[in-house]
Amino acid sequence: MAATAPVFQHAPTEVYWTALDCGFPQVAEVFEACLLDAQARLSSKGVDAYIDAARTLGKLGRGVEPVLAFLESWPAAAEAAGEGALPALMELVRAIQKSPNGKALAPLMQTLAPVASRLKSVELTARYIAIARDLMERTTGSIHGFQQTQPSPGLPEFFTQAPLLLAQMTLTGLAHWVDYGVRNTRHHPERQQEFFSLNSADSRAVLQRERHGTLFLSVERQLDLYLRALWGDSEHLIPYSTAFDELRQPVPYYDHLGLRVPDAQEDARGVSGIDRYRVILAHMVGHRRWTKPLIADNYSPFQRMAIEFFEDCRVETLLMREYPGLRRLFLALHPHPVAGACDPEKASCLRHRLAMISRALLDSAHGYTDPHLMEFVARFHAVLAHGTASTREIADIALAYVTRTRRQSDQLANVYFDDTVVDYRDDNRQMWQFIEEGDEEEAFDQERKAEFKDEPDRLPPRHYPEWDYQSQSYRPDWVSVYETLHASGDASDIDGLLLKHAALAKQLKRLFDLLKPQDKVRLRYQEEGSELDLDIALRSLIDFKSGVTPDPRINMSHRTNGRDIAVLLLLDLSASLNDTVAGGVPGSQQSILQLSQEAVSLLAWAVDTLGDPLAIAGFHSNTRHDVRYQHIKGYSEKWGDPVKARLAALDAGYSTRMGAALRHAGHYLETQKADKKLMLILTDGEPADVDTADERTLIEDARQAVKELDTRNIYTHCINLDPRADEYVSQIFGHRYTVIDNIARLPERLPQLFVALTK
Amino acid sequence: MINSEQYLVHKEPYYQPQGNEVTLFEAAYGARLPVMVKGPTGCGKSRFVEFMAWKLRRPLITVACNEDMTASDLVGRYLLDAGGTRWLDGPLTTAARIGAICYLDEIVEARQDTTVVIHPLTDHRRTLPLDKKGELVAAHPDFQLVISYNPGYQSLLKDLKQSTKQRFTGFDFDYPEADLEADILGRETGIARDIAVQLTKIGAAGRRLKGHGLDEGISTRLLVYAATLIQHGVGARDACRMALVRPITDDPDIRQTLDHAIDATFA
Ligand SMILES: Nc1ncnc2c1ncn2[C@@H]1O[C@H](COP(=O)(O)OP(=O)(O)OP(=O)(O)O)[C@@H](O)[C@H]1O
Ligand SMILES: [Mg+2]
Repeated sequence: MAATAPVFQHAPTEVYWTALDCGFPQVAEVFEACLLDAQARLSSKGVDAYIDAARTLGKLGRGVEPVLAFLESWPAAAEAAGEGALPALMELVRAIQKSPNGKALAPLMQTLAPVASRLKSVELTARYIAIARDLMERTTGSIHGFQQTQPSPGLPEFFTQAPLLLAQMTLTGLAHWVDYGVRNTRHHPERQQEFFSLNSADSRAVLQRERHGTLFLSVERQLDLYLRALWGDSEHLIPYSTAFDELRQPVPYYDHLGLRVPDAQEDARGVSGIDRYRVILAHMVGHRRWTKPLIADNYSPFQRMAIEFFEDCRVETLLMREYPGLRRLFLALHPHPVAGACDPEKASCLRHRLAMISRALLDSAHGYTDPHLMEFVARFHAVLAHGTASTREIADIALAYVTRTRRQSDQLANVYFDDTVVDYRDDNRQMWQFIEEGDEEEAFDQERKAEFKDEPDRLPPRHYPEWDYQSQSYRPDWVSVYETLHASGDASDIDGLLLKHAALAKQLKRLFDLLKPQDKVRLRYQEEGSELDLDIALRSLIDFKSGVTPDPRINMSHRTNGRDIAVLLLLDLSASLNDTVAGGVPGSQQSILQLSQEAVSLLAWAVDTLGDPLAIAGFHSNTRHDVRYQHIKGYSEKWGDPVKARLAALDAGYSTRMGAALRHAGHYLETQKADKKLMLILTDGEPADVDTADERTLIEDARQAVKELDTRNIYTHCINLDPRADEYVSQIFGHRYTVIDNIARLPERLPQLFVALTK
Repeated sequence: MINSEQYLVHKEPYYQPQGNEVTLFEAAYGARLPVMVKGPTGCGKSRFVEFMAWKLRRPLITVACNEDMTASDLVGRYLLDAGGTRWLDGPLTTAARIGAICYLDEIVEARQDTTVVIHPLTDHRRTLPLDKKGELVAAHPDFQLVISYNPGYQSLLKDLKQSTKQRFTGFDFDYPEADLEADILGRETGIARDIAVQLTKIGAAGRRLKGHGLDEGISTRLLVYAATLIQHGVGARDACRMALVRPITDDPDIRQTLDHAIDATFA
């Protein structure tokens, strides 16, 4: 088959080339190099198998790419995973060949080496192959049920992403991720392709969930507690993604919105993920306490780098003064550059010098002997000996150090990086103020401006999962809930409404007064009481008759226990609330919104006289990316003008993504200290949102949210104003709902309902 | 006659003032005004009252209040015995008769109908009616009423009535400043200064979590316990875990955070 026999430098190559029996000129070009590589890494049997497999690949009729990629990657792959993985691989190749998925062969082979370097064993490689095969079999389209004709849209993408995926997940995680993708995109070729190429939100979210290491989400509360307990700081923590960019790993930083930390931390260098998070936070706390910004324009980039290294060491020294136990963590995580590792003839060594002195400033057992280094370490400790010194003073030492140790080669473009990255330190952007905008500063500043535009000045969102009934699983972090304080209007409007319902108010007051005393508890062993406790009285009498001192506490009485109910009223503020109501007060066309306003005002007023803690909030949504949760009344707020003003400004718009609102409200109600927790949901329609076509999805999600609340001891009750609500509302809330079909009577019915529920 | 000697505080209790509370208390006592000391658990309220009783050389009668306590438990009751009935003064009555300082610890624990019996003693009348006995006890001129309560773990049901609160002058107590607290630990247990300082640091960390999963911070009392354990040879970390963390919470996140604070403090 070989048309023109290539010329090889080593004679034995000829033998293998003949065995390969391959006519692609591209293969001929690299064959000898590949073979040498294989001979260096594989056993001689392994080399034979290698050539044999390559021969098969070359004859599949799939072009040059599969065989070429295999020849190049297998030696390294086999060295990492073991030669024994080859049969399973070839088995997969045959299966692919029998299916319409021939296009996937090239990416499979191209990523083989990095994949194998993660898996490192024959067994794990076999599992990887099994996962791929499972994906292929489930996503290759069969038409008329007997023949597979459509290639799997996801399979080639899967192979392409495999190295990145395995850098983040265990094989089990990978299997879950694949399974989720298959289940949710099986019938949507485009979505499937997006999913497996990591271009869809849920694919990234599921990857996030399956990652190894310590996930931010699972330790968020611990980190909040850590900041508060050890540092008295309560700054917001905001995770950034580290999963999708292996080359340029983002660095921690902080800004006006909060402390930015990675979304996951692996255990490393003997330090657990959570401790690595703590170290990142401690370092930023240190800057926030002790670093005063300097004018950047005064310094060259080298000088700034030096100042940053020294200042980082200053704050860490002060942190360790506060908590000496931090030393162990800092020293474990800080690199220990080898003296002389950087050759000043060939590379810029400034970074290396700074990393060494940085080590030496923290670690008295640094082992370096350079006299300049020793001198500056001593100077550093001298200024810090009494008190905290200042950024300014430290900057002066840093500048003197760069000047003293300057070398011509510092200017070289080839910077020596090994062991110089201190990964728990933030990017020090808060340390510099720029006056003039120079070239490099511009880039820096623009970045920051863009950030302002992207993230308007409001609290960062909270993310909630959503229930996907089709796959019977949660879509992690699917919905973003933004919290705001509801706008304010004129409080006297509400007083006007209450006045209008004065008669009703009076009636309600009577009803609510009846609620106050409840829950009788019998108290025994009372000396004085409302009635004789016969059992005890008899016993005392017997004691008395028999000459023993009797117990005089022979009565019992009743005590009324106070109510201990916390209530949260959740208002659906979606657009449909603007509809007007038929059958209201003749002549006045009231909207549902106005009636809700009246009803809520009456209820809030009445509950306030009762003293139950009550919070009121409204919600609406505009796709899953923007669910707004608006505070109208907080638990600690009195029923007064600010609250009335917010109620007066009640406004409706957008849609009803109920599940997310329920979860978010639940999170507030849950922290209330009360025996009973009641969440009242006032809505006029079924859950829906513009980005969700299947109406059942959000109904099912709301139902799931109600179940979750149930397990957290929160009792939900829905007041629905949609006369045809029964069907879906019972699906969501079970029997805990009331449909009010005469909406005009809402102001009267809502408080009554509340009474009935809490009696 | 009752032997009031037995109620005297003979030995000076160690009390580390946090401010001018000693002078203020003396003034209140001088005017025989009732006193309420408020503060979280284990911050030195009882110790303070004991110290004041010693300083003023007054007998001290302490009653730890609880839910089952009735008015008779304070005032007194007839006891039936084989020979007929016999009246027995309650601690409050005794204190009023002998001119003691009567200290009702954790008054909110008692039911509200119990607390009203102290009302006539706390206004200008300074009398205590013993209804069952048909006697009106006029309080001894040296008698004073002191109550304590912890505003921290009050549910709405357990607050004092306004009419009760408004009969007292008040002291707000809190955990002492780090320095003073370290002094206290040193004095109470003889522990070395540097360890005492480290203990107060952990105490401070715990106190910052109050309301974020902890109902009460780590009390001075617990710090004293930890110091005591260390003095008995227990390792500092173990002593802290045992005295400062395990008793106050089962919340795993908080436990881990406090455990970390301990590790970070004791390098
Ligand atoms: N100012 C102080 N001077 C001396 N010791 C103190 C002081 N404050 C606290 N202590 C120590 O704390 C311990 C607890 O104090 P104390 O019993 O007075 O607390 P408390 O406020 O009455 O608490 P509780 O409300 O739980 O009864 C004391 O035994 C003592 O060791
Ligand atoms: Mg006490």
